[in-house]
Amino acid sequence: MHKILILLAAGATLLSANAFAVERGELLASSCMSCHGPGGKSKGAIPSLAGLEKAYFVKSMQDFKSGARPASVMHRHSKGYTDAEYALMGEYFSKLK
Amino acid sequence: MSINRRDFLKVSGAGAATALIAGCATTASGGSPKVVVVGAGYGGATCAKYLRKWGPNIEVTLIEPNDKFVSCPRSNLVIGGLRNMDYLTHSYDNLAKHGINMVKDMVVAIDPAKRTVTTKGGKTFGYDRLVLAPGIDVRTDTVKGYKEAEAASKVVHAWKAGPQTALLRKQLESMPDGGVFVMGIPGTPYRCPPGPYERISLVASYLKKHKPKSKIIVLDSNPDIVSKKPLFTWAWNSFYAGMIEYRGTNAVMGVDGNRMVVSTEFDDIKADVMNVVPRQRAGELCAMAGVRNDASGNWCSVNFTSFESTAVPNVHIIGDSVAAALPKSGHMATNQAKICAAAIVELLAGRQPEAVPVIANTCYSDTSDTTGGHVANVYRYNAEKKAFVDPGGGGATPQGDELNHAYAESWAQNIWAEVLS
Repeated sequence: MHKILILLAAGATLLSANAFAVERGELLASSCMSCHGPGGKSKGAIPSLAGLEKAYFVKSMQDFKSGARPASVMHRHSKGYTDAEYALMGEYFSKLK
Repeated sequence: MSINRRDFLKVSGAGAATALIAGCATTASGGSPKVVVVGAGYGGATCAKYLRKWGPNIEVTLIEPNDKFVSCPRSNLVIGGLRNMDYLTHSYDNLAKHGINMVKDMVVAIDPAKRTVTTKGGKTFGYDRLVLAPGIDVRTDTVKGYKEAEAASKVVHAWKAGPQTALLRKQLESMPDGGVFVMGIPGTPYRCPPGPYERISLVASYLKKHKPKSKIIVLDSNPDIVSKKPLFTWAWNSFYAGMIEYRGTNAVMGVDGNRMVVSTEFDDIKADVMNVVPRQRAGELCAMAGVRNDASGNWCSVNFTSFESTAVPNVHIIGDSVAAALPKSGHMATNQAKICAAAIVELLAGRQPEAVPVIANTCYSDTSDTTGGHVANVYRYNAEKKAFVDPGGGGATPQGDELNHAYAESWAQNIWAEVLS
């Protein structure tokens, strides 16, 4: 088992030779943690983001942007990102437990 | 479907695998790459944590002279008597679990040619990459009489949270009803653009309840309220009518601790409490490293995809010390730290950093003991302009409310956890 893991590691290293160590979705999402809490888990009134379904996250951001969903502050943040970036962030948050 | 290195590390946790992966990011000096971070405030502590999270092969040393983290954001609540110093004060102990080498010491020399930093305690640390996060230096030498009055505890800026925060609170408690609180505000750029106006609001909130005959005189070097003007104007008119006298374009030139007088070019004003905040510049560490290089000589110019100095290679600067059209806030420092950490991980592995970093700023200000507001912006890196630019969605609340007041508290709890755990 141990040897297999090492081989896998070598493979992963080769595969990622031209990729980022930190994928864009995670890097974008890291900014959100400053309000929503480390790992997307909030203390207090601000909602948590960890484990949200990707489709729900993307729809929420789109609705904040359009004004379809009222917001305290998210209408401002939502306008700073593209649909493609909502998807990357949504994917990342959906995987956080 | 792809396996990245971090996912792999999560499943393996195997030392052999770590060594093998480290092999792809070794440096000229051999062995693990070394990053030294100086200053464990919002920016520095976050950068050290994310360097370890995203570059588990990197040896990270975080050098900080203070025992504990004391938050500048929310310190106006202590001055207004709504919280105590314990609320602002947090341990660094939880950072250890990330494998950060914490060093309690003060950096006294930086040699960018040899890539070393030396501490007061006599230790020398070599680095492949250096991150400077010293925050601001408060230029008390720019206000006549300040140093003497400060030494005599007659004037404080309380623009770095700590003993002066507690002292200013005490001075307010000792002030007689009918006394005069004078606040001096420096010209931009300074740390925390809405900070002075939040402080005035919370001091007014305290005085209104406990010393209602008192007066606040605001001497602002700037022609007008710099940040969240509608919000603060609303609060001052709604809650503190008649208590606050605001004077724009009234820079404080001098203070006299014996006579308790604050002087502008127009007036000498008698005060019971003098809270004068002088102009600022990037921390002295930046001068040591030769990176305080913007046109004014006060701040540090950086490449915004990596926060690496434009003057000195392998030296990165984050937070208040950076020359940028970005607010100098703890929130900004925390998010700049993540862009910087990710870039360093890529650079140490021989790759280029993310070309279009995006970061957000969210800044809450309380306007009374039950209301608050915010300003929020997203900043995207624009390669043509070589700057972070808000695509247009940012803005501030024109009035305060209870929801923003509650979010402000939740923000504090979350960002403290994000930075320190």
